[in-house]
Amino acid sequence: MGGRILEFFADNRFGTLLLLAALVVLLPLFFPSSFYYRVAAIVWIFSIAAIGLNLLMGYAGQVSLGHAGFIGIGAYAVAVLPSRFGVHALVALLLGAIVSAVLAALVGRPILRLKGHYLAVATLGFGILIAMVLTNEAWLTGGPDGIRVARMTIIGWSVRGSDTWYWISGATMILSAFIALNLVDSPLGRALRAIHDSEVAAKVVGIDVPQAKLTVFVISAVYASITGSYLALFDGHITPDSAGFLRSVELVTMVVIGGMGSIFGSVIGASVIVVLPQAFAVLADYKHVMIGAFIIIFMIALPAGIVPTLRAKLFGRAP
Amino acid sequence: MSEFLQFAFSGLTVGAVYALVALGFTLIYNASDVVNFAQGEFVMLGGMGTVFLLAMGVPLPVAVIGAIGVTTLVGLGLYLFAIEPARGASAVTLIIITIGASIFLRGVASIIFDKRFHSLPHWFGPAPLSIGGASVLPQSLVVLAGAAILVVLLWAFFERTMFGKAVLATSANRLAAKLSGINTGFVVGFSFAISATIGAIAGILVTPITLTSYDVGTLLALKGFAAAMLGGMGNPLGAVIGGLVVGLVEGFGAGYLSSQYKDAFAFIVILVVLFAMPNGLFGRSKIERV
Repeated sequence: MGGRILEFFADNRFGTLLLLAALVVLLPLFFPSSFYYRVAAIVWIFSIAAIGLNLLMGYAGQVSLGHAGFIGIGAYAVAVLPSRFGVHALVALLLGAIVSAVLAALVGRPILRLKGHYLAVATLGFGILIAMVLTNEAWLTGGPDGIRVARMTIIGWSVRGSDTWYWISGATMILSAFIALNLVDSPLGRALRAIHDSEVAAKVVGIDVPQAKLTVFVISAVYASITGSYLALFDGHITPDSAGFLRSVELVTMVVIGGMGSIFGSVIGASVIVVLPQAFAVLADYKHVMIGAFIIIFMIALPAGIVPTLRAKLFGRAP
Repeated sequence: MSEFLQFAFSGLTVGAVYALVALGFTLIYNASDVVNFAQGEFVMLGGMGTVFLLAMGVPLPVAVIGAIGVTTLVGLGLYLFAIEPARGASAVTLIIITIGASIFLRGVASIIFDKRFHSLPHWFGPAPLSIGGASVLPQSLVVLAGAAILVVLLWAFFERTMFGKAVLATSANRLAAKLSGINTGFVVGFSFAISATIGAIAGILVTPITLTSYDVGTLLALKGFAAAMLGGMGNPLGAVIGGLVVGLVEGFGAGYLSSQYKDAFAFIVILVVLFAMPNGLFGRSKIERV
């Protein structure tokens, strides 16, 4: 019976949503200070991008080492548009998402024709190009030092504070997971899994492979863009590093550590990658050594990711 | 014309380093299918190791040999402690392990060494030579000659020695190589070690020109990876040519167009090439079996 209940949470999409909602609602009961709200809010914010990237990597089997570029677009949209052009922050967020989607749709077709490591290097180059534009066009973006982001106000209410953002980002994360879970169970989701197994076989059974790949690429770009906008609005400051290669690597690591093809895993992966540096912050100089060692040990111990490995242990079957 | 030569020389010099990094990528990839993002750290360790051995009062030749030796051991350690235990993991998992290793090595370097920029003395003095109106540092010629010698030595090793053939056999078909009595585990470990050696030598050769610090590895790994992909993954000749092309594009881009965007040109060229030739310049297309 206990196994059944666990299985419901792990495998059923409503179970996963319930679990995420319970996490968001119950976690604050254990928070001793507002700092914890802050870290948790950042976890939820990154979870959004990780869920999107997991759709691309875990379901469609297409790796991207450049998704931080879309984070950069979302972040700079809410940084630049409101202060320069008087656009409302929410509209700016939407515009950022649209720009990310259009850009993804434009570059997606040629890029997604590439396979394996060629796809990796092309997405990497694409991400670096965006980061480079953000660094060099200082007249618009403030250059390498970054730019201040004005607080968002909604009908006179200034949206600020870690606890406020905790609830906003938590709700958005659950909504993102809801959409992703439905997508996975849709014809597109099944098409993506078929592509993951074999592109040729998928094509033979009549799946429009380029179109399916492009669709999920665009969706994952929008997810990353929203993460970027939230990060910028929450932090009040943004630098080109948010679009850099290391950020892209962090996103990929979140997906892989949590477990490819597991939406809940992406949230777990995001928590590991966000909380780890906070936990090691006291070590100052040794922080990076610890993070590097931890990533290596994690991947050796759980090569399939946390959630799939645990699931296999609990239910005694392959993930 | 002298301007053209000037940009060509500076492009070829960095290109030679990219070529060596790309060659290191290719050697490890061929032997083990691992894309090693810690490749740039080998270059850093070579340069920084020599700098700090020198500072400890060790004579230069000994410092050079010591730094190469230490880096080679690090390469071997990377295989033994990070890659070998994860045998059978997916390609993405292995990439993340090597990225973890690169973060780890950078962290260790920032503790053992420091976070400042360092240089090494030029081998034949810092006075530039004039070649066709372009002023060329003698060290640039050292880098080019060193890279050329390494490439020839590697070629001779693969074509003329029994063990080199064993490495080639392993990269062609690991199972068949194992069945014919080749110790493939040893071959893969050896590839990591030799890639580290090549990286360290590249770092030592180029440090007098480009300086070095604990974090120079990241960008070098990206450029080297890009160069290897440009040439066609797994093709050593392609890696060398890819490296030189990336270096030249950067040199001319920085000289004629914009120095701010010099890193961008290389990636734009790579994207354009890959869009036209999805398997790189010299790569063969893989046929998927269903």
